[in-house]
Amino acid sequence: MLIRYAAMRLVQLIPMVLVVTMVVFFVMMIVPGDPVMVMLGAVDGAQVPQQVYDAMRVRLGLDQPLIVQYLNWLSNLLQGDLGTSITYRTSALEVILQRLVPTIYLMVGGLVIAVIVAVPAGVLAAIHNSTKWDHLATGFVVVGISVPTFWLALVAILIFAVYLGWLPSIGYTRPQEDFVGFLRHLALPMSVVALNIAATVLRFQRQDFLEQMHQDYVRTARAKGLSETLVLWKHVLRNSLITTFTVVGLQMAYLSGLITIVESVFNYPGIGYLLLNSIRTRDFIVVQGVVLFMVFLVIVVNLMVDILYTVLDPRIRYG
Amino acid sequence: MEARATDDSLIFARPASRLSSVTRAIIAFTGSDRRAMMGGMLLVLYILVALMGPGISPYDLNAPDLDVRMQAPSWAHWLGTDRIGRDVLTRIIAGSQLSLQVAAGAVIMALILGAPLGALGSYVGGAIDSLVQRVMEGLMAFPSLVLALALVALAGPSVIMLWFAIAFSSIPRYARLVRSGVLTQKEREYVDAARAMGQSPMRILVRQILPHIMAPIAVQLTLDFARAISVEASLSYLGLGLSVPYISWGTMIRDAQDFLEVAPWLAIFPGLTLAGVILAFTLVGDALRDRLDPRMRRSLSRRLA
Repeated sequence: MLIRYAAMRLVQLIPMVLVVTMVVFFVMMIVPGDPVMVMLGAVDGAQVPQQVYDAMRVRLGLDQPLIVQYLNWLSNLLQGDLGTSITYRTSALEVILQRLVPTIYLMVGGLVIAVIVAVPAGVLAAIHNSTKWDHLATGFVVVGISVPTFWLALVAILIFAVYLGWLPSIGYTRPQEDFVGFLRHLALPMSVVALNIAATVLRFQRQDFLEQMHQDYVRTARAKGLSETLVLWKHVLRNSLITTFTVVGLQMAYLSGLITIVESVFNYPGIGYLLLNSIRTRDFIVVQGVVLFMVFLVIVVNLMVDILYTVLDPRIRYG
Repeated sequence: MEARATDDSLIFARPASRLSSVTRAIIAFTGSDRRAMMGGMLLVLYILVALMGPGISPYDLNAPDLDVRMQAPSWAHWLGTDRIGRDVLTRIIAGSQLSLQVAAGAVIMALILGAPLGALGSYVGGAIDSLVQRVMEGLMAFPSLVLALALVALAGPSVIMLWFAIAFSSIPRYARLVRSGVLTQKEREYVDAARAMGQSPMRILVRQILPHIMAPIAVQLTLDFARAISVEASLSYLGLGLSVPYISWGTMIRDAQDFLEVAPWLAIFPGLTLAGVILAFTLVGDALRDRLDPRMRRSLSRRLA
């Protein structure tokens, strides 16, 4: 049953993937300048022999009708071919995968810390509704949502690197080389990511827990004589975590933007940093590749959340 | 609650009076909610400052004054001066104009592009509806900041391009809001009545249904305004926004980061302003949503009961 459900969800994704790839394909069409000249690495106004020009035009498939170009591009894409990077002269996918590991540390670390902090905080805020603790939590949420990430990152650098001198302000060390150095470099960017995500998770956790507390099953559990702690922290939290889980899944798109900014402020060599560098060097193949990669990440994570959702909550029937 | 009670009596009322009743409700409500009042006051301040512009400051916006380079906040320069002696407060005031212009344009563009798509889908139904929905789902998968970044980077920054780049990923939100709104309103009696009177679908949509679904749209516009301001500043910070002669808070913070140690005020004040403005829109939007969301209202009344 679960496999059938997963397969069905996969089929439903097809139109979405078509739309996404079309948008990316046609957005690339607005790049100013002649793609043939860009691929030839020619500077503006440079003279290129007609033969060379025509050969590249055919090689790029630009002599074909637009729809054929799109389908060719899509079929390459499905085979994992994102094109050849203009600056690195190698496969764009390879370039992206090389930068992926630091980003994964940042994303996963940030998410985990955010959930560990925000879930209990949200529950406490809901249980002690309208008390000082609740106002404090709500204040944190409002500030966390309002403060722009790049500025928060700069303030963090100012406090912890410039004034206190506890942590390095920028850069990255590979964990296999120097694990302590790795943690020290990761600490600030990861905290900024975690703080941002925690604000959203806390908000939904609090809201959902408040709603769950008034459900019938809670009254039943209390009537059975279960202790208040057991009712709230086991029964209610369990149901409410499903919502939290979904919220975290929905944060994926936001998270991609978040890490792009954080990596840029901290000169952290992940795929967000790669994206910005490729924009600066006008390597549009890599730009396109990173955008596609991020979108597919969003789609895949949401698919996984959808499927896990049915596992976590048996009340949901497989369509 | 009041609006709902008078709903039926408003069936044949002029839409203009319905809109103004929404406005009146907003005014009454900002008075009763501390969050909304604080946010509302900040918001009014922001708009007033942006409208008046840097002319209200005694200092020149761009002329360097090398005698007062990198001065800390003082009575003469309330928020300090930058590396060539320009007054920071004056430049922050100028920055409010760009942020207002870009954000307002972006949310209006998202509404103008999204709402008709949602209305079309829900009114026509069938294949067109599901096509529009699939396209909207596809657009929602894009990380909004990353997409805006790529669009601006590819096409080059201009005010109109920024509007479009920021609006693009909000389009599905308006399409969805309008679609679900029209679907529920379509079955209501007042629509039948209007149809019986021989009004065209377009007229029914704009003059009858639209005023009824304005509330959730207003909430979305307010929250998107906050997001648009944040995205504009982020793009400028990353060096992808509008350059001279435009002044953006994001660019100010970008320029300031080389002087974090010696002149932290250069980064701190534009950032605080930015956070304050985003906070204002978030507070007002959240308070509005809490008031207008029927689910929220139910749980509130249950708690009171």
